[in-house]
Amino acid sequence: MSKPNGGFEKSLKTWEDAVSKVKPEKRSASDLKAWDPAKELGEPGAYPFTRGPYENMYRGRLWTMRMFSGFGTARDTNERFKYLLEHGQTGLSIAFDMPTLMGYDSDHARSRGEVGREGVAVCSLQNMQTLFDGIPMADVSTSMTINPTACILLAFYVACAERQGVKSDRLRGTIQNDMLKEYIAQKEWVYPPLPSMRIITDMMAFCAEHVPKWNTISISGYHIREAGSTALQELAFTLMDGFTYVEYGVKAGIPVDDFAPRLSFFFNSHMDFFEEIAKFRAARRIWARHMRERYGAKNPDSWRLRFHTQTAGCSLTAQQPENNIVRTAIEALAGVLGGTQSLHTNSMDEALALPTEHAVKIALRTQQILAHEAGLTDAIDPLAGSYFIEAMTNKMEEEAEKIFKTIEKGYPQREIARAAYEFQKAVEEKRYVNVGVNEYVDPKPKLIPLLKVDARVERDQVAELKKLKRRRDAGAVKRALEEVGKAARGTANLMPPILAAVKVDVTLGEIVEELKKPFGEWREPPIYW
Amino acid sequence: MGSPMAAKKKAAPAKAPARKYRILVAKPGLDGHDRGAKVVAAALRDAGFEVIYTGLHQTSEMIVNAALQEDADSICVSILSGAHMTLFPEILGLMKKRKMKNVLLCGGGVIPPEDIAALNKKGVGRLFGPGTDTREIVTYLNEALPKLRG
Repeated sequence: MSKPNGGFEKSLKTWEDAVSKVKPEKRSASDLKAWDPAKELGEPGAYPFTRGPYENMYRGRLWTMRMFSGFGTARDTNERFKYLLEHGQTGLSIAFDMPTLMGYDSDHARSRGEVGREGVAVCSLQNMQTLFDGIPMADVSTSMTINPTACILLAFYVACAERQGVKSDRLRGTIQNDMLKEYIAQKEWVYPPLPSMRIITDMMAFCAEHVPKWNTISISGYHIREAGSTALQELAFTLMDGFTYVEYGVKAGIPVDDFAPRLSFFFNSHMDFFEEIAKFRAARRIWARHMRERYGAKNPDSWRLRFHTQTAGCSLTAQQPENNIVRTAIEALAGVLGGTQSLHTNSMDEALALPTEHAVKIALRTQQILAHEAGLTDAIDPLAGSYFIEAMTNKMEEEAEKIFKTIEKGYPQREIARAAYEFQKAVEEKRYVNVGVNEYVDPKPKLIPLLKVDARVERDQVAELKKLKRRRDAGAVKRALEEVGKAARGTANLMPPILAAVKVDVTLGEIVEELKKPFGEWREPPIYW
Repeated sequence: MGSPMAAKKKAAPAKAPARKYRILVAKPGLDGHDRGAKVVAAALRDAGFEVIYTGLHQTSEMIVNAALQEDADSICVSILSGAHMTLFPEILGLMKKRKMKNVLLCGGGVIPPEDIAALNKKGVGRLFGPGTDTREIVTYLNEALPKLRG
């Protein structure tokens, strides 16, 4: 295998080099000599939004506690949703299984062993109806982590609400729908980048008209960070993706202020507490400046960066899993001090399996303790003015701007893989202490009870799907699929024919197969360096 | 992340023998989590192995075929999607069918301890979880592979 070709900026030799790049030099007040608070900070809810997207922040309303959840059948997950709502969760967040994410029906050969394992299987409108059975869709806001098949899942959601008697203009929620970071980091794709961007712009246009309260893309740094990037790389690559969506939207003829207010972000909160807070603050400022100055957006909502935070899955250790409760609490605190709009806290057992109910409850309670006991709602952006935080926020912005100028094809993937390897070396050489992993190791590890997904899940789901395929109107299915294909080959918006198709029980896998005909399939070259 | 820590001493890199072993690092199923596979591939390469990485979303057949074509001494499979109880036995079954007696199937990912035990019983080699030191994998391969090739 070849040696590294470029990659990981040449001046950076180690993990420490990469992270120290955003740390202020002197770590004293002199780092802020030329700093103008009026220009760099402003007030909360005002340009450039460094201190937060809203005037009142948590003094007006707490962040949304939104636990990402899904496993087994739609029935299993429906029960978990109700459990979470009963225990004070305020929004839903659906985790789908791998076949749903990748566009295969549960009965496809490639789905074997994966149905309901990493999330819930939803490949028909019927599954979505089971998932929301007894949950009023007009009242709850829902986030769906789904990307290449997002257009189909959104159609399931809209059609399901319609059957509950809820019109699409009342629906609130977010669909991840961020394909750019899939090619860079999360690696769930179906079609090549260009058709994927067309689907996304179709969804932006459709939602602007029919589902106006829906966030159409959640531009995600989370997975970039999980794949191994530094905080700075997460910030820069994510905002770069955001700018690309803006450019495609504008190119598709949608006025920037019609769709930009519905773009939201999703960041990771990792263990380096102050660095994370600086990252969140810098993200808001960079977005505001580019949206106003570069893209000419006039509506302040287009400048306002709103984001969801999830604590870092990759910071959890399989060793001494209870320690993860503490890690998650610290990361969650950084998210709150960074001004997040919603938050998912990971459970302590997630380096081992999907979380048990017990572990999820502790994770949710962590947020509730932060919200109600820790006095965090007393002030907005209480770290504003700290020379360390402000200087690091400035550094983050400066360094991100440099990356925007140098970014090229294939660069993020290489940089992320290299950073991941450098971090691993830092751990193995004990330059980074990872408690319970390379120091303070327990000689006799204790096992904790884990969630098990029964093999019955796959059998039941496949049986139910086969039944559905037998009893539906085959002629209507065929006609609906033809309409989807026709739209895909032409330039008409894809959403209306997809919506019509799911209503006659066309499945997810069938729509994907139809779209693959004109769009083709994406293959990544197998490069590990 | 991470302030520079006090310990400056560099650990001695584990060495592979002069005759290079060929390792196929494989990602089966629909799982896209490739951080671990890529880190392990880079670490094995730096330890002196010949490394072939399959890339993502491989079927069990594709993996076994690649191992045959590349004359791999070991298939190292990474699974973080929970499909390990289906995919490992499937790969193992295909390897038996093709009489790949001298090829070691091992791997890693997010796999609960009792599933690891069950897979070991079926004939899968060591399975490494999160937090594993890559030198442990190097040592394991250096000990296990000579026994297979004799």
